[in-house]
Formats: sequence, structure tokens, C-alpha cells
Amino acid sequence: MKTNKLIIVEPSPIISAGLIRYLEDINQIQIVSVLDSAESLQEKIVVHNPDLLIINPLIIGYNNINLFRQFTQNNPNILCVALITTYIDRVFLKNFKDTIELTDSKQKVVNKIINLLNNNEETTQNDTVELSNRETEVLVRVAKGMTNKDISEVLNISVHTVITHRKNIVKKTGIKSVSGLTVYALLNNLIDESDIN
Amino acid sequence: MNYYKETFSENTKMAELVISNPKLMLTLSRFGIELGFGDHNVKEVCEKANVSPSFFLLICNLYSNPNFIPSQDDIKSVDTKILSYLLESHKYYLKEKLPHIESHLEKIIEACPEKFANTINRFYKEYKNEVTSHFKYEEQIVFPYIYSLLDNSSEKSFSIKEFKSNHTNIDDKLNDLMNILIKYLPADIYPKERIEISLDIMEVFSDLKCHTLVEERVLVPFVELLERQRYENK
Repeated sequence: MKTNKLIIVEPSPIISAGLIRYLEDINQIQIVSVLDSAESLQEKIVVHNPDLLIINPLIIGYNNINLFRQFTQNNPNILCVALITTYIDRVFLKNFKDTIELTDSKQKVVNKIINLLNNNEETTQNDTVELSNRETEVLVRVAKGMTNKDISEVLNISVHTVITHRKNIVKKTGIKSVSGLTVYALLNNLIDESDIN
Repeated sequence: MNYYKETFSENTKMAELVISNPKLMLTLSRFGIELGFGDHNVKEVCEKANVSPSFFLLICNLYSNPNFIPSQDDIKSVDTKILSYLLESHKYYLKEKLPHIESHLEKIIEACPEKFANTINRFYKEYKNEVTSHFKYEEQIVFPYIYSLLDNSSEKSFSIKEFKSNHTNIDDKLNDLMNILIKYLPADIYPKERIEISLDIMEVFSDLKCHTLVEERVLVPFVELLERQRYENK
């Protein structure tokens, strides 16, 4: 069974401590970071590449709903769960895979998380074998020697997303260097020799 | 904190040590130790070869356990032989292993369709250049600096910090080459040769990883110690 990395973002130390107690019996997860604000969240996400993010929506703020929607679209491999401590507009919650409420029992929280992880495991296992279309598009451009910034502009996605795709490409192919990926792309007829400069 | 339980001691029979971890066979000649040591133990064999047994054991322990973090006392036991040791490993990669891999690879490349051949060839050449210049930097800049610290000669404007931040990873491309040979090259190209060369690459790959550990966990703290001593003596 895979260990899933979890980041918790909750301003109240009492609530986050309680949540950690609830989660400690789930051996599929490993808590890699507990934050009380969103300040260093971006950085922690890059460092840990988490599978699960439990976050209080208050921390994101209503003004940033669109930003957060983009974030979830760009990082489909991170499961986002809302930790609800006060009334939250339902519109906001559409971007989350599930919600945890203060009144939830331990068993309920554990079940929610385990169900979420199991469903996710099935879907990710299905596509780990071959590169997705988007990953292939990124790979071809990496192989041609384009930078992350150039690729993000051509494909109209964020640099962060390009990096996520590249991580997945390395995971799936086992090849880490750019010139190694060029050989891979050529051997799989994704590019032509004349494309390489 | 050190979670490591030491496996080898001065009283361990040299033959036992080598057979328990055959990777260590490669380190022997780098220390100038030859095979044929009969039933002598580590201490006896090392002393005969003029190598400090505790330094020899430090390298063996690091080779056998990648999580091993040497203590300050371990670092104090390092002797200047570490430089000839590292130099010998460089020679082994450049003069023996890479040419060997290269000669097999050439044959495989020849059998590839032309459009692949050029790119694989270029990939290998790039890797070779990378390794060569990595070692050259160490031999021409880093090692002379360490010698100057050891014999207290003229001060060079260099610090081991620079080495620490420049120390690049030279095993990624080797890993890639292995993946290409095993997974992606068309099946009908020299299957036997490919198995052999893949095994060779795995051996070099694992030895290079240990080599990097020796540089980062032994050489760097050793030179930091020398730098502190020099600073204090001023």
C-alpha cells in the first residue's frame, strides 16, 4: 500500500492537534507538514509533493476562490479536503473533494479520508503505465530543448503545472535528464531527428 | 544521533569482509591492498599496506550502509590517503569502466537504425564529457587546494564550501542509459550484449553513488576540519 503525504493548513492549534489525533490510526498517510497560514504553502507543496491537502477554506479567503480553483485544476493529483470550522458558502466548497466538519466523529473522518485515498489510488494506478496526452505534449517540447517557461507559454499552462507534468514523466519513464528524454522521445517516434538542435 | 550499528571491526577477517559485501572488492585496490591476504584480519592487512585501519573501516562502513553518518571522531581518523583513494576511483571509472561500457555500446549503436544511432551516440558523449569535467574539476582545483592545506603552503582562494555547492550529480544520465537499454531500445538489437552492459552500468552506478557519499560525508567534513585548524593556528 502506498503512503500518502498529507499537509494540514488550519489556523487553530487546538483544531489541528485534534485532527492529527483523529488521523493517527490511518497508516496510509504520513503528515509531512502542519501550517497555520497559507504563507509557505506553495513552497511546502513543491518540496513535499503531497497527495492530500486538508485546509480550512477561511485561510484561502473569498477573494481567492478563482486562484484556488486554478490550483486544483493544475494539481489534479492533490486531493483537497475542506476543514469547516464556521459557515462557508457552498459555492466555495465545489473545489474540494470532500469536507470535514467540527461535529464529525472520529470514525466518520477516518472513513472519509480512506475512501478518498482508495478511489484515488484506483484512478492513478490506471494511468501510471502510459504518458497522458498532456504529458506527451510536454515531453516532446522538453526533448526539443524548450525551457519550462517557453513550454508554459506555448501550452498556456502555468510553470508550476509544467513542473508537475515533468515530475510525472520522470516517474513513468524512469528517465531524469533532458538528453535522456530526447532519446526516449526519438525511440518512441514522438519527435524526428531533425527536431533536435 | 547515529542509528548505525557497526558491522566490521579491526578483528574481522579481511576475506570475510569482502565476501559479505563484494562491492568492497573495488575499494581494496584503491587503498593499494592486494588480494591473497589469507586469513589475516583487517588490522593486519591494513598495517601491511600502510593504511590506517580505522579509516579503511570508515569507508567500508559507508559503502555497506548508505545511511551511515560518520562521527567527528571518524572524521579525525581520516588520513591523507583519501586523496589517492579518490584519484584511484576516478581512474577506475575513466580508464577501465567507461571504455568497457563504450565498446559494448558502440556495437549496439551500430546495429541501431541511423536516426537513433546519432542521438544515442550524442547522449553517451555528453555523459562522458560531464563525468570527465566533473573529475577534472576535482583533480585540478579541489585536490591541490587540499594538499595546500595539508602542507600549510601558500593560501589558495578557494574553500570547500564552493565544492559543496558545485558538486553535481553524475549518476542521473547513467540511470537514464540503463533505462533506455533495458526498456526502450528495440528488442532485436543485441539482446545478450545489452544484458551484459546493463549489469556493468548497474555496478558502476552503485559504485559511483558510494563514491559521492565518500566525497560528501568524509572528504567535505575532513577538509572543513583542516580549514578550522588552519584558521585557529593563524
